[in-house]
Amino acid sequence: MFIELGHFALTLAFAISLVQAVVPLIGAHKGWSGWMAMAEPASIAQFMLTAFSFAALTYAFVTSDFSVSLVVNNSHTLKPMLYKISGVWGNHEGSMLLWVLILTLFGAMAAWFGGGLPPSLRARVLAVQSAISAAFFAFILFTSNPFERMAAIPFDGSDLNPLLQDPGLAFHPPFLYLGYVGLSICFSFAVAALIEGRVDAAWGRWVRPWTLAAWICLTIGIALGSWWAYYELGWGGFWFWDPVENASFMPWLISAALLHSAIVVEKRESLKSWTILLAIVAFGFSLIGAFITRSGIITSVHAFASDPERGMFLLLILGVFMGGALMLFAARASVMEAKGVFGTVSRETALVFNNILLAVAAFVVFVGTIWPLVAEMAFGRKLSVGAPFFNMAFTPFMVALAILLPLGALLPWKRARLGRAGGALVPALALALALGALAWAMQTGRTALGPVGVALGTWLIAGAAVDLWLRAGRAGIVDRLRRIARLPRADWGKAVAHSGLGITMIGIAGVTAWQVEDIRVAQIGERFEVGGYGVTLDKVERVQGPNYVSTTATMGVWRGDRRVSTLHPEKRIYPVAGMPTTEAALDSGLRRDVYLVIGDPQEGGGWAVRSYIKPFANWIWAGAIIMALGGGLSLSDRRVRVAAGARQDRGAAPMPAE
Amino acid sequence: MLKRLTLILSLVLAAPALAVEPSEVLDDPGLEARARELSKGLRCLVCRNESIDDSNASLAKDLRMLVRERISAGDSDQDVLDYVVGRYGEFVLLKPPATGSNLVLYVAGPAMLGLGMIVAAFYIRGRRGRETPGAAGLSPEEETRLKEIMGE
Repeated sequence: MFIELGHFALTLAFAISLVQAVVPLIGAHKGWSGWMAMAEPASIAQFMLTAFSFAALTYAFVTSDFSVSLVVNNSHTLKPMLYKISGVWGNHEGSMLLWVLILTLFGAMAAWFGGGLPPSLRARVLAVQSAISAAFFAFILFTSNPFERMAAIPFDGSDLNPLLQDPGLAFHPPFLYLGYVGLSICFSFAVAALIEGRVDAAWGRWVRPWTLAAWICLTIGIALGSWWAYYELGWGGFWFWDPVENASFMPWLISAALLHSAIVVEKRESLKSWTILLAIVAFGFSLIGAFITRSGIITSVHAFASDPERGMFLLLILGVFMGGALMLFAARASVMEAKGVFGTVSRETALVFNNILLAVAAFVVFVGTIWPLVAEMAFGRKLSVGAPFFNMAFTPFMVALAILLPLGALLPWKRARLGRAGGALVPALALALALGALAWAMQTGRTALGPVGVALGTWLIAGAAVDLWLRAGRAGIVDRLRRIARLPRADWGKAVAHSGLGITMIGIAGVTAWQVEDIRVAQIGERFEVGGYGVTLDKVERVQGPNYVSTTATMGVWRGDRRVSTLHPEKRIYPVAGMPTTEAALDSGLRRDVYLVIGDPQEGGGWAVRSYIKPFANWIWAGAIIMALGGGLSLSDRRVRVAAGARQDRGAAPMPAE
Repeated sequence: MLKRLTLILSLVLAAPALAVEPSEVLDDPGLEARARELSKGLRCLVCRNESIDDSNASLAKDLRMLVRERISAGDSDQDVLDYVVGRYGEFVLLKPPATGSNLVLYVAGPAMLGLGMIVAAFYIRGRRGRETPGAAGLSPEEETRLKEIMGE
C-alpha cells in the first residue's frame, strides 16, 4: 500500500515539476506576478511529495517488504538496521531517488531562503531547478522504478553487497549527492542570470553560499569514501583514480574554482562570464559523473550495451542541459561586462591563477578518465589510464597551487606589491624549508616526495597563520591576538580551509613516501618487527556475526617491550551474497597508523599476515574535515547569511570595502 | 543447519584475501622491490582499473608471478614490460605509452594550461588598460570641443 502511494507521490511530483518548469518562466518574462509566485509553493510541494516517496521506500527496506524487487535484491532480514536503511541508496534505483530528493530539497531551500531575491530572478531559478528535477523524475519513472513489485514473493532477500555494509560507506553517498546535486542550484542561478541578462555583485553573493554548501558536502563525501577505501579494501590505499572516484573529484575541483571566482564577482564585479561558465560546467561534471557511474561506459565499454536505455537517457539529460546552457551562455556572455579594474599584481590576478590551475587540473582528470573510451572509439586502441598516469599529470598542478596559494591569499584587491606580501611570508617560508630539510635529513635514500610534501604543507599552514596575523593589524601582541579572535568568520574560514589543504598534503606525501610494508607467514605466538614496531599473532578464531562468519585474529602491537595495543583484523564471509571481505585492524595515531591484515591459513602452518606502518595517514582525512570546517565557518559568516537571506536590494547592493 | 551451511560456504568461498601473498615474495629484496614497482604499473585485466599489486584476483596473481619469473630470469624492467605487453597488449599498462594518438592525452593538460595562461594574460592586461579611463586620451572631437570651451 505504502509502496503504491510512494510511486504515486513520485508521479505527482513529476507532474508538478513539469508545470513549475514552464509557468514561472512565462510569468517572469511577461511580468505576471501570480505566475511567478507559483514557483514557491510548487517547489515545496515537490519536495514534500518526493520525501514521502523516499520514506515509503525506506519503510519497505526497514520492514523487509520482499514484495518489492529492489528490497529483495539489496536487503536481507538478518542485516543490521543501519544497513537496512543505507541499503535504500546502496543501489541504482534507490540512489536516484535520493538524488531527486536532494534536488527537490535544494529547490525548496531556494524557495525558503530566497525571500530577498528579486521576484523574477527567483521565479527563473526555481523554474530551471524544476526543469532539472523533471528530467530526473522522468529518468526514474521510465527507466529505474524503485517501486517495482515481485510477481512471486521470495522468502528472503539476497543481501546488500557486503563491501557496502560499513558505516563509512553508509553515509558516503548522501554527502556526495548533497554536493553533486547542490551544484544544480548554482547551475540554476547561472542560467536564470543568463535569461535575466544581469550578473552583478549581488548575484555573486547569492551564489556563493550555495556553492560553498555543495563544496563542503562534496569534501566530506569524498573524504568518507577515501577513508572507507583505506580501511576496508585491505591494503590501505586511499585514492585509486578509479573513473567513479574521478567522477566525484572533478566537480570538487570545479566547485573549488567556482567558490573562489564567485568572490571576485561579489567583491570586484570582474570574472563574471567565467564564473557563470564555471557554475554551468560544475553541474555538468556532476551529470557526467552520474553518467559514468551509472552507464558503466568507462569502466568497460561493453557494459554500455547491458543498459543502453539508462545510459542514453542520462546522456540526453546531459546534452540538453549542457547544450542549452552553453548556447544561452554564448548568446548572452557579452552582456556581462566586467566593471572592476585591477593591476597585474593583485588578489584578482592570484584568483585567476587559482582558477586556471583548478580548472586545468579538472580537465586533466577528465581527459584521463575518458581517454580509454576515446582511444577505442576513435583510434581502435584498447588501453588503460590509471594511477601512474594521473599521479604524474595531476600532481604538478597541486604543487603549483600550493606554492602560489599563501602569496595570493595575502595580496590585497585591486593593486598590490609583491615585495610586501612576500616579505610577510618570509617566516612561513623559512619554517617550511626547515621542516622540509629536517624530513630530508631524517629519511634515508628515498624519494623527494616526503620532504617536498612536508615543506608545501607547512608553507600552507604557516601562510594561513601569517594571513590571520596580518589581518589583525598593527598592535601589541595581546591586542593583536584578541583582534585575531574577533576577525570575521569568513577570514577564519579561509585560513582554516587553506591549512586543511596543507594538512592533507602532508598526509598524502607522508603515507606515500614513508610507508613500511611487511608480508609474511606468521606462526601463532611469533613476534616480528615492522618499521620500529613489534607485531605478534596471538590467536585466530572463527566468530559468527549477525549475517557473516568471520576469521578473527588477535594481534599485539609492541614498542620494545611495551604492548601498545591489541588489534583484531578479520576476514569475513557473507554467505548470502557469497562474498568475502577483509576487515583490516588499525591502531590510529597522530604520527602513524599501524595497519594489520589477516590472510589465509598456510599449508605449512601459520597465517599469511600483512602489516603496514603508515606515517601521517590520518592527516589526509583530518585535513579534508578541516577544509570542510573552514567552509562551514565561512558559510556561517554574518555577511554570507545576510546575503543568502532577506533584505537585499538588487539595485543598491552595498558592499563592504573588504 | 544454517550454521553448517555457512561453514561449508565459507570454505568454498575462501578466496585469497591478500593481494601479494607471502609465497610470492622473492628472496632477493632488490628484485622484489623492482617487481612491486612494476606491478603497480600493470593492470589487473579483470578488475576495474586496479593494478595487479593491489588486486586479489587470481588472474592478477598469475601476472605477478609472471613478472617475478621474468625478473628472476634476469630481464630488465623494460624487458618485462615488453614481454607482458607482447602477451596482453597495451591494455595492461596503467600509464599508456606516449606514442601516436596517445600524445593527445599527454599534451592535453599542458596545452590547456598554456591556452588558459594566454587568455588570462590578455584578460588581466585588458583589466589594467581600463584602469585610468581619463588618461587614455580624448578623442579628436573631444579635443576640439575642449579647445572650443577653453578658447572661448
